[in-house]
Amino acid sequence: MDTPDTLHYTRSHEWVTKPENGIVTVGITDFAQDQLGDVVFVELPSVGARFDAGSPAAVIESVKTASDIYAPLAGEITAVNDALDAEPEAINSSPYENGWLFKIRVADPAGWEELLDAGAYEAVAQED
Amino acid sequence: MSATSSSPLPSVAASDRFRSDTFPLIFERSSPGRRAARPPVTEGDDMASLLGAEHLRAEPPRLPEVAELDLVRHYTQLAHRQFSIDGNVYPLGSCTMKYNPKLHEDVAERFLDLHPYQDEDSVQGILELLCELQTDLEELTGMDEVSLQPAAGAHGELAGILMIRAFHMANGEGEQRRVVICPDGAHGTNPATAAMAGYDVVEVPTGPDGEVDVEAFQAALGPHVAAVMLTNPNTLGIFETRIEEIAERAHEVGAQLYYDGANLNAIVGRARPGDMGFDVVHLNLHKTFTTPHGGGGPGTGPVGVKSHLAPYLPAPRILQEGERFVVEGERASSIGRMRSFYGNVGNLVRAWAYIRRLGLEGLKRVSTIAVLNANYLRVRMREAGYEIAFDRVNMHEFVARPPAGIRTLDIAKAMLDYGVHPMTVYFPLVVREAMMVEPTETESLETLDAYAAVLAEVLETAQRDPAALAEAPRLTPVRRLDEVAAARRPVLRYAFVDAAD
Repeated sequence: MDTPDTLHYTRSHEWVTKPENGIVTVGITDFAQDQLGDVVFVELPSVGARFDAGSPAAVIESVKTASDIYAPLAGEITAVNDALDAEPEAINSSPYENGWLFKIRVADPAGWEELLDAGAYEAVAQED
Repeated sequence: MSATSSSPLPSVAASDRFRSDTFPLIFERSSPGRRAARPPVTEGDDMASLLGAEHLRAEPPRLPEVAELDLVRHYTQLAHRQFSIDGNVYPLGSCTMKYNPKLHEDVAERFLDLHPYQDEDSVQGILELLCELQTDLEELTGMDEVSLQPAAGAHGELAGILMIRAFHMANGEGEQRRVVICPDGAHGTNPATAAMAGYDVVEVPTGPDGEVDVEAFQAALGPHVAAVMLTNPNTLGIFETRIEEIAERAHEVGAQLYYDGANLNAIVGRARPGDMGFDVVHLNLHKTFTTPHGGGGPGTGPVGVKSHLAPYLPAPRILQEGERFVVEGERASSIGRMRSFYGNVGNLVRAWAYIRRLGLEGLKRVSTIAVLNANYLRVRMREAGYEIAFDRVNMHEFVARPPAGIRTLDIAKAMLDYGVHPMTVYFPLVVREAMMVEPTETESLETLDAYAAVLAEVLETAQRDPAALAEAPRLTPVRRLDEVAAARRPVLRYAFVDAAD
């Protein structure tokens, strides 16, 4: 599985970038896309919507199942990846680049301590 | 005579015309002016004056034009391509694909000519039957009153949750109770039902033993909870041994306990949801009680309640008054009708016939053999090299998965080439690569052994030559479908060949 060292991770298989001007980008991991199989539909949040850390913010539907995607940190959505409407397969082919899901302006930086580094995430994914 | 025409074998093109795996669509069989029947036309008939000119089409609809024999062959060939329980084993977990005895069809046919608008005096027989079925289902579930109205399992669920909502509203707690708790292994209809009834869904995890994590459950409970939806045994095929404690804790905070009856086949005749502490039950008569399903309906989802919820039952019920059977009048507090007239009566008759034919002792044997068959197949699958999720004595179904690196989808597709139907795959969601197997009591030991042998052979092939399964199925009328394209770019209309636009 591909797990870049530069990112942070959740136990529910989302990745999070380091903040830039208080904003982070969120997607799902390579391990997660492999488990889901071919993605056929993505339901993204509205820009401006606010989420608590760990609350469902998006839905990814694959040929196998529909999965909730959780907001890794509390905050407000500032952008979503509209290109996924036409090309949901980008989540499979490019989970860390073209397959990003949404950006959040982080309201509470405290949640950072809960996130995992690449090594810790791989350990979690393997026991799953 | 040329060499070609003397060949004893038909050309591919010629043979295709009659092979059932390439037969044309009904539109492709169409020939202008061909008819199965020609209605008589009386001279002087004028459609415009009979129907009103505004109701006539400017152009006739584009319907296929075929002879009766074309039509019969088309549907007969389609029927031959169907997979059904009458054709072979079909062990879909949580779907209870058991055999539907043909005697029940015979019984149901006796009632075909009744009409729901008939006078009560002329339909005492069917009313008596429906009244008996209500009582039988009350007895089997431990509920005080049953309504036969809902037309499917999910429909019964909605009726159940709407009754719970009506109950809380009548107690002045409608605004306070906003949440329905479902375990993470719940049938998808449970959270969908709760959401449709306006509730927020809170999920509680499965513990390491395959049962609801009682601590997490306790933490999720509170005065904001309207209902807890469970099935027992759960979707892992494991009996919730702490169900009485769960019921007690739910009731302590005023929540109602809802029983999803999809898995009743595991306990029918032996244990009753009402005795476990459930307040509402829906039953899938098309699962446990052998009314046909699998073709999209009609299903049947009676709902039963304890007495405190009875005022809210969907009306009408059938009541006995002395020697007479009557259709109850309106219930003041009822959530209303869930369906026209008396529900899917044809299926209610079949379920009645099943219960009356087996009796309580027969129904006990049903659940006993269903559980025995599932445990037998679990052990056979483990011996063949599959991993069993929560490997313990199970009820009517169990969840397995292939060893790491092998995909359940490939196993399932390969099984089709053996003429058997795969199990339910990728459910429940709490088990990765899940294979959920429910053989039911109607399969013999020989069939179970044959099914296990198929599973063993497919796994052996997958381990020896992982690429081999990618080609499967090879022997079915259609090969592996492009599920991704079907989901991303669905084609929902037939495109006429000559329609350039």
